[in-house]
Amino acid sequence: MINTKLYIINKNYISFTETEFNMQLKEVRDILNAKVLCGEHLLDREVYSACGADLMSDVLAFVKEQSVLLTGLLNPQVVRTAEMMDMLCIVFVRGKVPDRNIIELARDRDIVMMCTDYKMYTACGKLYQAGLVGMECE
Amino acid sequence: MDSLHLHFELDGSDFTAAGEASSEVKRVLRQLGFDSDVIRRCAICMYEGEMNIFLHASGGSADVYIEPSEIILELIDSGPGIPDIDLAMQEGYSTASQEVRELGFGAGMGLPNMKKYSDEMIIDSVVGVGTAIFMSILVK
Repeated sequence: MINTKLYIINKNYISFTETEFNMQLKEVRDILNAKVLCGEHLLDREVYSACGADLMSDVLAFVKEQSVLLTGLLNPQVVRTAEMMDMLCIVFVRGKVPDRNIIELARDRDIVMMCTDYKMYTACGKLYQAGLVGMECE
Repeated sequence: MDSLHLHFELDGSDFTAAGEASSEVKRVLRQLGFDSDVIRRCAICMYEGEMNIFLHASGGSADVYIEPSEIILELIDSGPGIPDIDLAMQEGYSTASQEVRELGFGAGMGLPNMKKYSDEMIIDSVVGVGTAIFMSILVK
């Protein structure tokens, strides 16, 4: 059992406390039973934390680099936000699939993009349970 | 390194383009070899400012002055202006429409984020005329 705290900042945002744990993106894919939309060749990259948010402003306020963004929002600003924060991977929850332009934007920025059928809470919970805890909100 | 000036005209009518200027600034800073923390702070300040212009004004411009010791961001729009800047600086306060919130913004974190990540920030706003935001990020 991992002894750590889950911070709930508001209803749209979840962040995790800092640990040494890291996880390869291919593990993220497997745990979430996700389909990779772009960045197949980057799945060996390691991430240290995850963030579930539909509000991009919250991502900009709290998240650090080398993390995964889980979101239900489908627009190019999701990729832009991840890019600004040096995030390595975007996971769309609830089976949502972005249009081709959004996928191409992520591909161009070397950001791995996936989609999972799990809902936000379940997807975050599965990664958390697997040990992906890595960040304290500032 | 000589100082470098980047200028962007921001067309507020094309939301899908929002963030392109910030992306370009980030690319240039990375190419110039700035520290990753400085790059991220600049990127966040620029992106929040750029998004504000797209979300609250019909467009505007951004100028970025890059010096070895400091990066200055100037974002100017001809939007509605900010009636109460102190109120606008409070985390969570927003005048954004429901439409803007559905796009993932309008959480009232934009201006506080800019203040948090910049070393100095000045807002000059006149209701009905527009808003100018100046930010400085020091290279330590």
